[in-house]
Amino acid sequence: MIALLFRDLRLAIRAGGGFGLGLAFFLIVVVLVPFGVGPETELLSRIAPGILWVASLLAALLSLDRIFALDYEDGSLALLATSPLPLEGAAMVKACAHWITTGLPLTLAAPALGFLLSLAPEAYAYLLISLLIGTPALSMIGTFGAALTVGLRRGGLLLSLLVLPLYVPTLIFGAEAVRRGAEGLDPTGALMLMAGITAGSFALLPFATAAVLRINLR
Amino acid sequence: MLNVKNLTCARGGMPVLADVSFVVDAGTALILRGPNGIGKTTLLRTLAGLQPAVAGAVAFPEDEGAYASHADGIKTALTVTENLKFWADVHGTPLPDSILEIFDLADLRDRLGGTLSAGQKRRLGLARLAVIGRKVLFLDEPTVSLDGFSVKLFADWLQNTHLAAGGVAVIATHIDLGLNAPELDLTPFKAADDASGGSDEAFL
Repeated sequence: MIALLFRDLRLAIRAGGGFGLGLAFFLIVVVLVPFGVGPETELLSRIAPGILWVASLLAALLSLDRIFALDYEDGSLALLATSPLPLEGAAMVKACAHWITTGLPLTLAAPALGFLLSLAPEAYAYLLISLLIGTPALSMIGTFGAALTVGLRRGGLLLSLLVLPLYVPTLIFGAEAVRRGAEGLDPTGALMLMAGITAGSFALLPFATAAVLRINLR
Repeated sequence: MLNVKNLTCARGGMPVLADVSFVVDAGTALILRGPNGIGKTTLLRTLAGLQPAVAGAVAFPEDEGAYASHADGIKTALTVTENLKFWADVHGTPLPDSILEIFDLADLRDRLGGTLSAGQKRRLGLARLAVIGRKVLFLDEPTVSLDGFSVKLFADWLQNTHLAAGGVAVIATHIDLGLNAPELDLTPFKAADDASGGSDEAFL
């Protein structure tokens, strides 16, 4: 499993677009918002949690279709399915690799972008924590979506339609946690619920992903 | 070692082969013959467990099957050694240098997969079989895009290393590999057009 993780990370770095693409997209979306909304710091600081979360959601979505598509095309997915590595494990490793290449850089870059949106100073810690807890769920749910659309040509759009609604709970609780943090309220409840979603998706979705992959490999 | 009994397999919900039965003993190979579309690939995928059989049973020692198809699973951004090392790690086997020599890949070891020619890629894909050390091989047209010399390299490895060590291979091919192996023509097993089966697949 470690071998698969390292291979995926190495591929993401070598093929380009892994680390950079999602992050650059995140950056551009967040930078565009002040241009569109105007330079009212009060308004910006109020919508900042939502913008940052929506942007990270879209950035995570961007690289989802590559999770299984490349392995499916060159045949390695069929070879992995007949290897001693259980497909459930492979699914989880793929989600982890996706998180390391998109979720983690997004989380680390978010505070800097919060500054651009004049996010309230009290909210930075919660922004970091909520993204750290929430983005793994985005990767795992996305991996499941990627497995559903793996055999399809141009499955990318369908993938977005399938996955974005499933991202709603994470988005609500994530943005809520940051907003409450910004207003000086206690964000523990929202953070706990989000952690629950992440833990739940990592517990259940690898099995669903593996089942879907087996059907798609037939 | 490999025991196939009354196997019926389907492609896209339509049965293509029915009642296929054969036994392959340790140390021998079986060559599958038949015209295009008869179901050689479907049979091999069913044997390898990539798709469920409609009826019948396939028996071979657990965790000993390996499948190789037209797609070699080579990552273009990894070098030859890295590609092989990955499969060695996944299967928990070592990667001896001798395997690179056997498949004439020693000079290519640091080349990226994407820069290899079709035949070199194929040799790399076949070298994977030697790395993972599985006993029961299901090979779908293993010699596509190989030149005569490479075909001989591969046949030698199959005969003198894999089969000699008690392995088994089921090979779908249109050419003569020069192996001393029985052939099975699949034409008589063609499923009747009105045969039913795989009904659940039609809904998937």
